[in-house]
Amino acid sequence: MELIFEKSQAGRRAGRVPSHGLPVPEVPAELRRAQQPRLPELAENEIVRHFTNLADRNFGIDTGFYPLGSCTMKYNPRVNERVAGLPGFVNLHPHQEDEGAQGALELMWELQQILAEVAGLPAVTLQPAAGSQGELTGLMLMRAYFADRGEGERRDTIITADTAHGTNPASVTMAGYKLEKVATTDRGNLDLDDLRAKVNERTAGLMLTNPSTLGLFDEGIVEVAEIFHSQGALLYYDGANLNAVVGISRPGDMGFDIVHYNLHKTFSQPHGCGGPGAGPVAVREALEPYLPSPQVVRDGDTFRLDHERPKSIGRVRGFAGPFGVFVRSYAYMRAYGPDLRAMSETAVLNANYVLARLKDVYELPYDRLCMHEFVLSARGLKKEHGVTALDVAKRLMDYGIHPPTIYFPLVVPEALMIEPTETESKERLDHFVEAMTRIAAEAADDPALLKDAPHERPVRRLDEVKAAKEPIVKYAFGERPLVEAEA
Amino acid sequence: MTAGYLSLTERDRDEMLAAIGVSSMEELFAQIPASVRFDRELDVPPALSEAELVRHLEELAAKNAHTGSELSFLGAGIYDHYVPAIVDYVLQRGEFLTAYTPYQPEMSQGVLQAIFEYQTVICELTGMDVSNASGYDGFTVAADACLIATRHTGRSKIVLTETLNPQLRQVVKTYAPGFGLEVVEVRHVGGTTDPAQLAAAAQDAAAVIFPQPNFFGCLEPAPDLAAAAKEAGALAVAHVDLTSLGVLEAPGAYGCDMAIGEGQSAGNYQSYGGPHYGFLAARTEFIRRMPGRIVGETTDLNGDRVFVLTLQTREQHILREKATSNITTNQTLLALGGLVTLSWLGPAGLRELGETCMSLVGYARERIGLPAAFERPAFKELAVRTPIPAREVVRRARERGVHPGYALGRDVEGMDDVLLIALTEKRTPAEVDRLADVLAEVC
Repeated sequence: MELIFEKSQAGRRAGRVPSHGLPVPEVPAELRRAQQPRLPELAENEIVRHFTNLADRNFGIDTGFYPLGSCTMKYNPRVNERVAGLPGFVNLHPHQEDEGAQGALELMWELQQILAEVAGLPAVTLQPAAGSQGELTGLMLMRAYFADRGEGERRDTIITADTAHGTNPASVTMAGYKLEKVATTDRGNLDLDDLRAKVNERTAGLMLTNPSTLGLFDEGIVEVAEIFHSQGALLYYDGANLNAVVGISRPGDMGFDIVHYNLHKTFSQPHGCGGPGAGPVAVREALEPYLPSPQVVRDGDTFRLDHERPKSIGRVRGFAGPFGVFVRSYAYMRAYGPDLRAMSETAVLNANYVLARLKDVYELPYDRLCMHEFVLSARGLKKEHGVTALDVAKRLMDYGIHPPTIYFPLVVPEALMIEPTETESKERLDHFVEAMTRIAAEAADDPALLKDAPHERPVRRLDEVKAAKEPIVKYAFGERPLVEAEA
Repeated sequence: MTAGYLSLTERDRDEMLAAIGVSSMEELFAQIPASVRFDRELDVPPALSEAELVRHLEELAAKNAHTGSELSFLGAGIYDHYVPAIVDYVLQRGEFLTAYTPYQPEMSQGVLQAIFEYQTVICELTGMDVSNASGYDGFTVAADACLIATRHTGRSKIVLTETLNPQLRQVVKTYAPGFGLEVVEVRHVGGTTDPAQLAAAAQDAAAVIFPQPNFFGCLEPAPDLAAAAKEAGALAVAHVDLTSLGVLEAPGAYGCDMAIGEGQSAGNYQSYGGPHYGFLAARTEFIRRMPGRIVGETTDLNGDRVFVLTLQTREQHILREKATSNITTNQTLLALGGLVTLSWLGPAGLRELGETCMSLVGYARERIGLPAAFERPAFKELAVRTPIPAREVVRRARERGVHPGYALGRDVEGMDDVLLIALTEKRTPAEVDRLADVLAEVC
């Protein structure tokens, strides 16, 4: 499909900007733009068609089933878009005085209360922009907490599981900590002996998601918490998999001291092709003084932003957080009320149903009941027919299904990580099971069919190596396109 | 019947439990140790039907004084620019709204091409070679730029001008300990940065970050600031406003290594501060140090031009603790709003937008009977001195239905008597007249 720049005609235009007929002050010559930017020049109808045609080449939850493990691709209710678009929300300036923003502050305060109840921890910051920024914020909180106790220099290590999301180790580096990895047992739990050997007075804390990225609840979580707390270290809960346990088990009750939530996973902020998200963080009382500034607080019947936080780690992003995300997630929570538990129960039921129906078709490396997601392996297909997890994923596209997460977690070869979510019907799940079953049969009968898949998408498989070796990352306007060739 | 958005019937549920081989939901949760199972109902407000939910949210929204209900001159980083109707349409398309990061390119050519077009537009506006697919906001991208600079130069000092948004400086300082950075700030002189002072501070620095236009609304001597940074061997990073780049020079044209900024002005609603998109663009040599997603062009098996996430070996899901950043979720949908808006404006519209803002600043300078705080050319914000504290001016003016702007003393020491008035293309001369009258009454 043509790029929007290739549809451009000099002198054509869409939008018109108000001109008030006032004289325009001169820009000093040395600051003035010399060469006009080559923005597209199209009439409005062609811009609309361009983006409509692009949308047609994209697949969302609204298009079909999207069991992308670890991403919680649940239905995004349309009413949330309606309320998030109310003029009193979208046209509210972040520097509006607190008394002019009472509705927004009340909503944020209420959201904090619900999040605190879900985590079983008393204090919440809404500021972080995403799960990974929530992780980084959590680690900064640990640093501030230990510095305040004179243990900042000594406690220089964070422990993560070998099944962890890549963001965990990346956040550890960004926070200036050393990383230590702990192994997973054959049952998919943290290896307690390995852990006891590694946790000591240099340990600042643990980063863990529970259930793990294998979709398994850590059966030793109580012992894990005890091992860390007995050394004075803290436990950080990566909320990526919180959708499994809302109203069923609370991170604070498991022993975690710091929790981040992904509002774009558990609480249905649409993923928007990669964002926006939000990564609020909840903590125990002892960590509350270090939370980012400002905090939303309540004084009787009024609400305000509290900037007087002397021990705060500071500000991790602009203003009080991604407010539009808060509106959607708050609306989502209010549509469930205490039935949020049913949300998580159904997510776990759906995952176990698909697992039960597929475990004899693909290999199941950890043969247990799962939580909200599970990991299969295509190792057998690879050995017998030369068909990989990637081939299975590409072939699923021909069945109108978005592939699961593949090749993650790293401890499972040829991994297919499947998260159906709670909003899907049994018929959708059955269709997925049938597609996966047929693909396994196709792998035996006609492996080339899978190797060449997808067949029904607008494009075929792509040359990703070429894209990385000779990066072309912007339109060349007819000039030399390469920015750099790999040495 | 439970509340919410579930699809299973009672019969489905029974059949599924039977297929799993368990007799109850409780059995599914046997893997959770009994001592950490939650044994009561969540203490959260009751469920609402959709109609009740909308009414509840409408009541909350009605408690806010927004720019449709109060004449507002607030800016200081977030602005009341017009968002074209087609932005609402495109961003509400479910194929964009409800898709994940385009890890599977055959399912995601639409957004991959859109991001490629966004990257092109950002590079065109800033004069840079490469842009990522967006950062969280206009402040966190400054922290990203610092990390690129410190790893590239092996130096740890970061120089920030005091004319940068105070929130940007706060974010950089929050990130600094983890990155091992030392942050140095350069005072302003009469509302802008003195290149000689900047040159002195830039010795041994990894990067110098300066704004154009600056937080006080003034135009900085940006080419001289970039030159001062380069002379000291530091990377020059300009923090710019996309809406200014039809009239103001592109940072790439005056030697900057990186250009960063807040994209809200182009295509996003104010939304009480987010979500918006931060942009980060750089010269070619920094491409492998950039954080976040980057889309590249390639071909498919048919030889057709297609698009794909590229250089992923920089990223956390591949490189883990050695990654350039931990960023995963970004602001793609908001950046798409930016692309649509900038396509709608085109080069002529963008230039006119800048000219209209500047013309209103010129008009306000004449019409408002308060002295300008700084004798400098400005882009879309005008700082004026108030005879009483600016926060008091705000309070009194709001009683008259006008929000006159941002009291700079909220963030900047020694500026309690400075009011920062933002003038977007949505304001009119008549509204400036009204502001002038109200300020005359309350001051």
